[in-house]
Amino acid sequence: MLKMGGDFLQLILDTIDENLIVKFKGELDHHSSEASREKIDEWYYDKLKKNIVFDLRELNFMDSSGIGLLMARYKMCSENGGKVLIVNDNQNIQRILRMSGILKIIDVYSSIDDALQNSIGE
Amino acid sequence: MGERNYMKLEFSSKSTNESFARVAVAAFASQLDPTIEEISDIKTAVSEAVTNAVIHGYENGEGIVTIEAIIEGNEIQIIIKDSGRGIHDLKTAMEPFYTSKPELERSGMGFTVMETFMDGLEVTSEVGKGTVVKMNKKFESFSTGE
Repeated sequence: MLKMGGDFLQLILDTIDENLIVKFKGELDHHSSEASREKIDEWYYDKLKKNIVFDLRELNFMDSSGIGLLMARYKMCSENGGKVLIVNDNQNIQRILRMSGILKIIDVYSSIDDALQNSIGE
Repeated sequence: MGERNYMKLEFSSKSTNESFARVAVAAFASQLDPTIEEISDIKTAVSEAVTNAVIHGYENGEGIVTIEAIIEGNEIQIIIKDSGRGIHDLKTAMEPFYTSKPELERSGMGFTVMETFMDGLEVTSEVGKGTVVKMNKKFESFSTGE
């Protein structure tokens, strides 16, 4: 497991089978997304993972930079035959996800277990 | 309450200041007794405008971003200015999903977010001079005591 981050955002990375689990705590904006996306991709490729589960439940802020990060990872996973799944129950985060249109291509689950069950198959 | 109030902030165009800017404006707006949702709207809209100034206005170089906020009655007006490159085709720049910097993983949603989360948005820009974003929002729950 990897924990990193400054005052604004903590990034916690873990792996379960062919899934990379990315947990964010704090604020995901342009500044904090720059540093985290490199680390996410490094783990994804180095550890030969297929899917990414983003746990957004402990984010207290996200703007369109977060949407950009999710969309680019969606593209990356699709090219690799995998998918992106989101775990979220936070209403403010849900609003920006909804307005961005990203929910048309990425499904949201209420727990990591729930997401992992849906990451297998197809 | 309900009186006119004004503030002005000036800070370096650095991505670390995106968080500072939205928190400062949210703190100023808190005197309008906003709901959690309204405060989240303000923070997000300010974050988008400041991020635009940092990435597009000054292209991550040096510069000053100015924010002015005016409270009048139950309404806040927020003006975010940069003296950077400016936008040559504002209409295209404001289209949802349009980004001039796809390599930076920008979603192209900045102006759409500002439009959706605020009640009004007005953008003026001049190439070589900079960009001014004016946004306003009414706080429905706030009573001016009249």
